[in-house]
Amino acid sequence: MATALNRDGVLRLITCGSVDDGKSTLIGRLLYDSQAIMDDTLNTLATDSRKHGTTGGEIDYALLLDGLEAEREQGITIDVAWRFFATPRRRFIIADTPGHEQYTRNMATGASTADLAIILVDASKGLLPQTRRHSFIASLMGIGHIVLAVNKMDLVGFDEARFRAIVAEYTTIAERLGFAGFTAIPMAARAGLNLASPAAEMAWYDGPTLIAHLESIELAATDASGPLRFPVQWVNRPDAHFRGYAGTIVAGQVKPGDPIVTARSGKASKVARIVTVDGDLAGAGPEAAVTLVLEDEIDISRGDMLVSPESRPAVAQQFAADLIWLDEDALKPGRSYLLKSGPLTTPASVTLLKHRIDITTLDERPARTLAMNEIGLANLETTAPLLFDPYTDCRDTGGFILIDRYTNNTVGAGMIRHALRRASNIHLQPMTVTQAQRSALNGHQPAVIWFTGLSGSGKSTIANLVEARLAALSCHTYALDGDNVRHGLNRDLGFTDADRVENIRRIGEVAKLMADAGLIVTCSFISPFRSEREMARALVGADRFIEVFVDTPLEVCQSRDPKGLYAKAASGELRNFTGIDSPYEAPEAPQLHIKTQEMSEADAAEAIITWLRARDIIG
Amino acid sequence: MESDAAIAAYARRFSDPDARARGRGPALPPDLARLEAEAIHILREVAASFRTPVMLYSIGKDSTVMLHLALKAFWPSLPPFPLLHVDSLWEFAAMGSFRDTLRDALGIDIRVHVNEEGAARGINPFVHGSALHTEVMRTTGLLQALTDGGFDAAIGGGRRDEEKSRAKERIFSFRDAHQGWDPRRQRPEFWRTYNTRVGPGESMRVFPISNWTELDVWRYIEAETIPVVPLYFADVRPTVIRDDVLLMVDDDRLPLQPGETPMMRRIRFRTLGCYPLTGAVESEAETLADIVAEMADTRTSERQGRVIDRDGDGSMEQKKRQGYF
Repeated sequence: MATALNRDGVLRLITCGSVDDGKSTLIGRLLYDSQAIMDDTLNTLATDSRKHGTTGGEIDYALLLDGLEAEREQGITIDVAWRFFATPRRRFIIADTPGHEQYTRNMATGASTADLAIILVDASKGLLPQTRRHSFIASLMGIGHIVLAVNKMDLVGFDEARFRAIVAEYTTIAERLGFAGFTAIPMAARAGLNLASPAAEMAWYDGPTLIAHLESIELAATDASGPLRFPVQWVNRPDAHFRGYAGTIVAGQVKPGDPIVTARSGKASKVARIVTVDGDLAGAGPEAAVTLVLEDEIDISRGDMLVSPESRPAVAQQFAADLIWLDEDALKPGRSYLLKSGPLTTPASVTLLKHRIDITTLDERPARTLAMNEIGLANLETTAPLLFDPYTDCRDTGGFILIDRYTNNTVGAGMIRHALRRASNIHLQPMTVTQAQRSALNGHQPAVIWFTGLSGSGKSTIANLVEARLAALSCHTYALDGDNVRHGLNRDLGFTDADRVENIRRIGEVAKLMADAGLIVTCSFISPFRSEREMARALVGADRFIEVFVDTPLEVCQSRDPKGLYAKAASGELRNFTGIDSPYEAPEAPQLHIKTQEMSEADAAEAIITWLRARDIIG
Repeated sequence: MESDAAIAAYARRFSDPDARARGRGPALPPDLARLEAEAIHILREVAASFRTPVMLYSIGKDSTVMLHLALKAFWPSLPPFPLLHVDSLWEFAAMGSFRDTLRDALGIDIRVHVNEEGAARGINPFVHGSALHTEVMRTTGLLQALTDGGFDAAIGGGRRDEEKSRAKERIFSFRDAHQGWDPRRQRPEFWRTYNTRVGPGESMRVFPISNWTELDVWRYIEAETIPVVPLYFADVRPTVIRDDVLLMVDDDRLPLQPGETPMMRRIRFRTLGCYPLTGAVESEAETLADIVAEMADTRTSERQGRVIDRDGDGSMEQKKRQGYF
């Protein structure tokens, strides 16, 4: 028995506008007209409309899009709600994003998967600053189809001239943003005019209704004629006889016999089979989730990409990207974040923030950071080479998210523009003398002992004692502290949050080089942020990074005040001082926790030596 | 039994090369093909990103579709994670036998967890009410099983069309170390690049069929010939009507009220859960094609028959924040 419905696919769309433009009414009405609302829900809706509605007892479609209890209680909005409706021809998924504060973040999230955006305009008000804002985000996120929905035509007496004037004005915005075109539809959503059926009131309009337009546009979200892009998600190895690469074709198509190369290593092979439960396929195209078997055994793992040999993605560690910031904790250039692009995850940092965009005027503004909902253009650098295409060519291989290493929150989303030229000119120099050889010569393992704590807590004193003890044991050591770093390597840095991040990043890099050289390095820095200590740990390598929390209460540090800094901070002479007007984030699980109120400095140093011995770092 | 034969034939499709070649029916309609590919992508992302994932298996149609998707996503390997059934001890009898037959035929790992403390206390939906029963035997039982198993990702069959609080659910829904769902800590999801990172003790609930509707599920079951519990098909069964809910007298634990006599009615179920909390519908739909036709015309929502949704405004959302799926 064949399935009765044969819809041609799923169209994903986003509606942009606020409640005032009739956005909720439009969505509610689309669901209602397509019979996506069941009778029991409608009965509740009728009751609710009488109770809470704003339509004088008539059905208030906006109430269908009711929020969560948690949102009402906490006065927050969750970024995107997903609504479904279907016609006999097509399935639709609407990303419904709340229209007030945090709008950029919310709309960008919904827009990232949308094929089409409906930009809502109230005919009685005309274009507003938000119209430009919505259109900019739609363009940034690469939405191919734009519908200008000129709503509330009933309020302007269904006046054709008014509609034409709004369309003419929007044309200039569309041109500036580089839209290939847009479709303008006059409507009155509350009454359902020009949604599913044409409106006699607007007989002058001879274009399609909204539904007819949504049903008729091309569904080619991804280009089947483009070069193959197959990010490997999972290697399928049930036994020694089968090795398949599972993933989703994000661009292009593939058939047995096609030559491919791995993007990272450039190794070549041919597609032998496209394996499915129900037998091998003769070919597969965009959006297909398949398992490929190659003719040759080549080393491929998750994060690699199988691509067309004649058109390969960029392989680079430095690139420029548009960045949208999503987190309350602002972007800190220099901080190490995790970048995830498809199945590939690598540490990455912003090396240069070129500018921020004022999304109301679309002007570029200088910026040192990006706060939540801000958009900017940045250069980024990754630890491992990234495989990518420009975002405008392929959303999947050109888009990435940034993850905070400590909170694991998704803090940013990026759209890659192009690789930076210098990326291809820096190659790692292979080492001939290994780490193990250096350790053998030294007679001890390398390590980085990282002392963190408030100013005046006793970090440097304890570090000095530790270094003296190590020297007595014939260990090779070096001490990094504020004095020898701030006056040289980092003398260009101040004490803002962003500079503190860069300070620690550089120290982490230097400590890593010294550890590579085989030394035991003591680092004494306030290093107030967990994320930066985690970054240093990641740089150095967790197995040779020892975090020592020198825990002295603030009052004690203030009373000691060896450098007179607390007095200066108290008088306002010194700004951004940790513990006073800048936060200190205590370690949650340090390797050693030294409570200086309970232990002498010499005992603390001895405890560290004992710890190093117990782990065979020193003999 | 007819159902057992259907399950055996289904299992052969994954093991016997000839049955595989024959099993290939007409291509899926484009909308279902897109939904299937999306779900498979999500399942593979879970398998590749988490240390100890698990798939929640309630024996219902959505779970069985998810299992089917997992069998396809990882074939010729078996799904690289176990399935977990949290048994409330009040399931329909037909569900247990379906589960065991399917497990044996496919050779997959289905673990069954019962909240033993709740069982020892004799928690009973008729005596203690639907809310307490569901909390103890489902929610607490699930949390126990997830903690005991040390699972860092639990794959569930939730769909965004099911209930209004689900419309805002993420595909990867973050849970803190107490299995709590905090709307403030949910992560924005861009493209299909999911942030799968969790800290110690934290976990993820993952919903690969988020974007499916009830009708999609049935169309897919029909197109892919997936066996489901026979209770989904109309048959003459003993029933009582109580508080407007059509209950099936599945065993002798249903206490009849004075004047109540079970009546034989032709019924089927749109959703399966604890039998005393699951309402049937009167129906003539005896085949998958009948069900698809019935669904395409239906004017009532699927959860209408679920007693627990009636426990107050926002009740589903509250259960979710407590850890219910």
